[in-house]
Amino acid sequence: MNTTILLFLVQDGITNGAIYALLGLALVLVFAVTRVILIPQGEFVTYGALTYATLSAGQVPGTAQLAAVMGIVAFGLDLYLARKSLHAKRILRAFAVNIAFPFAILALTYALAGRHNTIPVNTALSLLIVAAIGLFLYRIAFQPIAHTSVLVLLIASVGCHLAMQGFGLVFFGAEGLRGPAVSNAALTIGPLSFSGQSLAVYGITVAFIVGLWLFFDYTLYGKALRATAVNRLGARLVGIRTSLSGQLAFLLASLIGAISGILIVPITTLYYDTGFLIGLKGFIAAIIGGLISYPITAVAALGVGLVEAFSSFYASNFKEVIVFTLIIPVLVLRSLAAPEVEEEQD
Amino acid sequence: MSAPLLAVSDVHISYGKVEAVRSVSLDVSANQIVTIIGANGAGKTTLLNAIMGILPLKGRVTFGGEDMTSFDIEDRVAAGLSLVPEHRELFGTMNVEDNLQLGAFRIAKATAAQSFERVYTLFPRLKERRKQLAGTLSGGEQQMLAMGRALMGAPKLLMLDEPSLGLAPIIVSDIFRTVGELRAAGVSVLLVEQNAQAALKIADHAYVMELGEFVLDGPAAEIATNQQVVASYLGFQHA
Amino acid sequence: MSQRLSILVFALVMAALPLIPEMPPFWIVLLDNIGLSALVAMGLVLLTGVGGLTSFGQAAFCGFGAYTTAVLTTQYGLSPWLSLPASLVVSGVAAVILGVVTVRLSGHYLPLGTLAWGIGLYYLFSKLEFLGRNDGITQIPPLQIGHFKMLDAGTIYYAIWFAVIVSAILTLNLLDSRTGRGIRALRRGHVAAEAFGVKTARAKLLVFVYAAVLAGLSGWLYAHFQRAATPTPFGAQADIEYLFVAVVGGAGYVWGGVLGAAIVVILKEVLQGYLPLIFGGQGQLEIIVFGIMLVALVQFAPSGVWPWLTGLLPLKSRLRRPDTSIALSAPVRAAPPPGPLLRIDNARKQFGGVTAVNNVSFEVGAREILALIGPNGAGKSTTFNLITGVLKATSGTVSFAGQPIIDAPPQAITQLGISRTFQHVKLVPDMTVLENVAIGAHLRGRSGAIASMLRLDRADEARLLAEATRQIERVGLGDQIDQLAGSLSLGQQRIVEIARALCVNPMLLLLDEPAAGLRHMEKQRLATLLRQLRDGGMSVLLVEHDMGFVMDLADRIVVLDFGTRIAEGTPEAIKTNPDVIKAYLGAVA
Repeated sequence: MNTTILLFLVQDGITNGAIYALLGLALVLVFAVTRVILIPQGEFVTYGALTYATLSAGQVPGTAQLAAVMGIVAFGLDLYLARKSLHAKRILRAFAVNIAFPFAILALTYALAGRHNTIPVNTALSLLIVAAIGLFLYRIAFQPIAHTSVLVLLIASVGCHLAMQGFGLVFFGAEGLRGPAVSNAALTIGPLSFSGQSLAVYGITVAFIVGLWLFFDYTLYGKALRATAVNRLGARLVGIRTSLSGQLAFLLASLIGAISGILIVPITTLYYDTGFLIGLKGFIAAIIGGLISYPITAVAALGVGLVEAFSSFYASNFKEVIVFTLIIPVLVLRSLAAPEVEEEQD
Repeated sequence: MSAPLLAVSDVHISYGKVEAVRSVSLDVSANQIVTIIGANGAGKTTLLNAIMGILPLKGRVTFGGEDMTSFDIEDRVAAGLSLVPEHRELFGTMNVEDNLQLGAFRIAKATAAQSFERVYTLFPRLKERRKQLAGTLSGGEQQMLAMGRALMGAPKLLMLDEPSLGLAPIIVSDIFRTVGELRAAGVSVLLVEQNAQAALKIADHAYVMELGEFVLDGPAAEIATNQQVVASYLGFQHA
Repeated sequence: MSQRLSILVFALVMAALPLIPEMPPFWIVLLDNIGLSALVAMGLVLLTGVGGLTSFGQAAFCGFGAYTTAVLTTQYGLSPWLSLPASLVVSGVAAVILGVVTVRLSGHYLPLGTLAWGIGLYYLFSKLEFLGRNDGITQIPPLQIGHFKMLDAGTIYYAIWFAVIVSAILTLNLLDSRTGRGIRALRRGHVAAEAFGVKTARAKLLVFVYAAVLAGLSGWLYAHFQRAATPTPFGAQADIEYLFVAVVGGAGYVWGGVLGAAIVVILKEVLQGYLPLIFGGQGQLEIIVFGIMLVALVQFAPSGVWPWLTGLLPLKSRLRRPDTSIALSAPVRAAPPPGPLLRIDNARKQFGGVTAVNNVSFEVGAREILALIGPNGAGKSTTFNLITGVLKATSGTVSFAGQPIIDAPPQAITQLGISRTFQHVKLVPDMTVLENVAIGAHLRGRSGAIASMLRLDRADEARLLAEATRQIERVGLGDQIDQLAGSLSLGQQRIVEIARALCVNPMLLLLDEPAAGLRHMEKQRLATLLRQLRDGGMSVLLVEHDMGFVMDLADRIVVLDFGTRIAEGTPEAIKTNPDVIKAYLGAVA
C-alpha cells in the first residue's frame, strides 16, 4: 500500500466518520433526554436525503404529506389530553404547532415544487419537513409512554423504524436516488484532493459539534435539556416540561439526520432502507460512548469510519461484517467497566 | 379569615391496590408554617408528592383558589407551588449556579436576577460554591441548594420533605432558622419532618399522621404538649 | 380445565387439522410458518417478557441452526437427525459468547449488541464461500423416518408442531421451578433474589442461551422444510418481526408466542394481498402496518393479546396447596461455639469523606432479640449492609458463629445462616406469595434447569414448596398463599419478607423496620412471632423506629447516632439514658 492510497483511505474514513459522528451525537442526545434508543435515526437520514433528491427533481415528496398527517394525529392527541381543561391558549398553541406548521410547509412545498429551486431552498425545505416529522414522531409514539422502561421505549422505537421504512418505500420507491452536490468546488493539497462536498461534511460536522456545545453550556434551554437528562423529576420540579424537552431532542435529532442525508446523497446513491445501516454505524459509536459521552462518541465515530474504509480496501466483501462485529470487543470493554445494574421499575 | 392558600380535601392515594393515604384534608394559609409529623411509612411523603402532582390522587387540591387537581407538575410550579423532595433531586453533574438558574426556568430573566440575590443572601455558602458541581456538595449544602433552587422560582408555598434528614444538628438548626425567615418574607411552608420537636417549634399549625390518616391536628404549641404525641414522637422517656 | 388437559386438546386439534378434507395446501404452509415463528417467539417470551432482556439477534440464531444442518447434510452427507444436535449446539455456543459479554451490562446493551451482531452475521452468511454466498445452500435433504420422507408441507407440519408443543411444555416446566423463580425475579426483584442465592447473571445467560437454542431449532426445521438455506430470512427484518410476534401475542406468556405467530403470519399474508392495492407499488409494505401496530400495542395493550383472550375464557388456575408433611432437611452447619453469635468489632465504613459507621462494636447473643435504634442517617442500614456483605467495611471485623465474614459475599453469608428483610420491600409483585417465599429456600434446593424442564425436579420442588408453605403458615399468611405479592398491603408484604427470610432456616434474622406500615394488631402479632422464634433458638437483630414496639420486644438495645454507638443496654436503661434522650430529641436549640 502506498501513501496515496493510505491518505485516500484515511480521507474517506474521516468523511464517513464525520457523518457517523453527527448521527452518534444525535443518538446520545435523544437517549440522554428521553431514554429512547432511536432506531429510526436512520430513517431521518433517508428521509432528508430522498426528500432533498425528490425536490431537486422538481417533485413533491410524500414526506411533506406524511408530516401533515402526523400533525393531525398529534393535534388529536393534544386535544384528547386537554379535554378536561380546554383553555383557548392551549388549543391555539397546539393548533399552531401541529396543524399550521406542517400545513404551511406542505403548502410551501407544493408552491415551490416543479420550479428549479436553488439548492439552499431545497435543503431548507427538506430540513423543515423532516424536523416536523421528528417532532411529531416523539409526540405520537413516545410522549404517551415516556415514563415506561427503556425496553418498552425500544420496542416502540423499532415500530417507528418499521413504519417509517415502509413509508419510505411508498414515497421514494425501491430505486435509489442521488441528489445534486451542495458544492462543486474542489481543493487540492499535495496528493489529496478534497471535493467541496466532503469539505462541507467536515465543516457542518464541526459546526454542529460546536453549536451543540454552545447550546448545552450557555443557553437556558440547553441547560434545561441537560437537566432533564440528569434528573427527570428534578427537571419537572423546576417546571421544565419534559415532554417539550423530548420534542426538542427529537427535533434536533431529526435535523441532524436530515442534514447527514443531504450531505451523503450527492456522494452515494441512497435507497429507502440505506439509512438504517448508516444509523446503526452511528449506534456503534454511541455505544462506545456508553450512550452518555459526546466526545467519546465523536472520536469513536471517526474510528468506525476508518475501520470501514480500511476494511473495504483489504476485505471489501466483509466490510459490513467487520464494522458490525466491532460491537463485540466494545461490549467486552464496557462489560469490564460495568456498574451495578439497576432494578427496573414499571 | 380569607380562603386558605392551599386546600386539600378528602384525598386518597393508592399504590396499586394498597391505599397509602386515606381521606386526608388539610389547609395552609398565607404566611403560615404547617407541619405534618408521623412515623416512617405513615404516608407523609406520599401526600406531599401527590399534592405536587407526582402521584395521582383522588380528591381535590386547590391552590390560590384555583382547582389544580388535574394540573401537571409543571403547571403547579407555574402556579407558585414548589416541592423540595426527600431525595432533593438536584442536577448533580451541573454546578450550583446552573442548578439555581434552572430553578428560575419559569420566571422572567429580570426576576431571576433578584431571586439569585435573595437566595445568596439566605445561603451565603451557596454563593461561595457557585461554580462547584452539585453532586460534590456536602449533605447540608445540597439541602440548601435544593431549597435555594425551589426559592428561585419565587413560590408562594414551599413544601419541604424531611429537610433535616441525615444532617448534622448545627446545620439542621440553620435550615430551620431559614424556614422561619421564609415565613417572614411571605412564603408559606408545608413541612414534613421526623424531627417532630424541631418542626413543632417553628410551625403555626400541625397535623399528626398515622398509617395514612390524620389522627390529630391543632396549633403546633398544643400538639407539642399533647400527651399522646409526646409519648409517640417526642422521645420515649415517657413511653 | 387443567393446563395438562388444555395442552393435550390443543395437540389433538393441531394433529387433526391437516386431515380435514379439502384443506387448502396453502393453509398448511401458513401453519408451518406459524409453528416456525412460534418457536423463536417462545424464546423471546422467556427472554423479554419474563426476564426483561431482549434480543434482535434471534434470526441470526435461526441462521446458525439452518446453515449448520445445511452444511453438514449437503457437504458431509450427515443425516438430518444427527445434524440436529449440532445445530442446537452451534446456536447455543454463539449465544454464550454474546451473552457472556452483555448480561452484566444494563438492559439496553443486549438488544443493541444483538442488533449489530445480527446484521454482521447476516452479511457473513451472504459473503462466505462455503455457505454459498447470496445464493445460499440448496438441495438440503428432507427429514426422513425410515423410508418415509417429509417432502411436502403437510408432512413436515407434524415435525414442526411436535417441536412447538414439546418446547412449550419444556418452557412451562422450566418457569414453574426453582430455576424458573430465579428467572422470573430477574426483571423486578433481582436484588432480593441475589441475596437469597439466585445467581442472576447466570440466570440471564441461561434464558438467553435457551432462546437461542429454540431459534436454532426453528432454523433447523426451516432448512429441511425449504430444503434450502439463504441469507435473507435471517436478516434484520426477520429479527424485528420476531420481536413483533412476541409483543403481539403477549411477551409474558408462553402460549402468547404461539398466538402472536399465528396473528402475524396470517396478517402478513392478508396485508401482502391488499396493501399494494392501496399504496400501489410493491415490496414489503406490511411493515408499515406492523410498525404502527407495534407502537399502538405498547401504548394501549402492552401485555399483548393472550392475557386479554384468557381473560375472556372462564379458566381458573388450579389452587395448589403443597403437602406440608414433606420435610426439607435443615442445612448442615457447624454448631456455633459458645459465646455471642454475631460479633461486630470496631466496624467502620466511609463513603468518600463521610463516615457512615464510626468504629462501632456490639454483639448479638444466641437466643437474643437486639434492636438497633437511632435517628435517620445514624448508620443503622449501613451496619446491616456490612453484616450481610452488601457493603465492604473500610476497617474492623464482623464474625458470625466464630467465623470472620467481613469479606464473604452475600450468598455465602446467607448460606452460613444469616437472612434478612429489606427496608423497602423487595418482592416480585407478579409472583404469588408462595413463589416469593420459596425463593428464600433457593439455596436449599438442588435441581437445575434441565431437570426442571424434564420434570425430574418434582421431589426437590415439593420439599421447597412444603418448606415455604410451612413458613407462610408460621407467620400467619396461610390464607394469602396464592395471592400475588403485589396485591397485598404493605404490612403484609413485610411479613411475606419475614417468611422468605425464614426459609433460609437462619440462626440470625436481620429485620429492617419490620413494623413500619403495620397496624396495631399486626404489630402485636409480629412481636409474638419474633418472641416465638427467639424461644425456638433463633437470634434477631432489628432496626426499628417504633419505640413502643422496640421497648416491648427487645432484650437489649444498641443506640447509634451519627455513626457512633452512644449507648447500649436493656430497654429500661436506655429509656433513662440522658445521651439517648438528647440524641433522640434532636439538638435543635
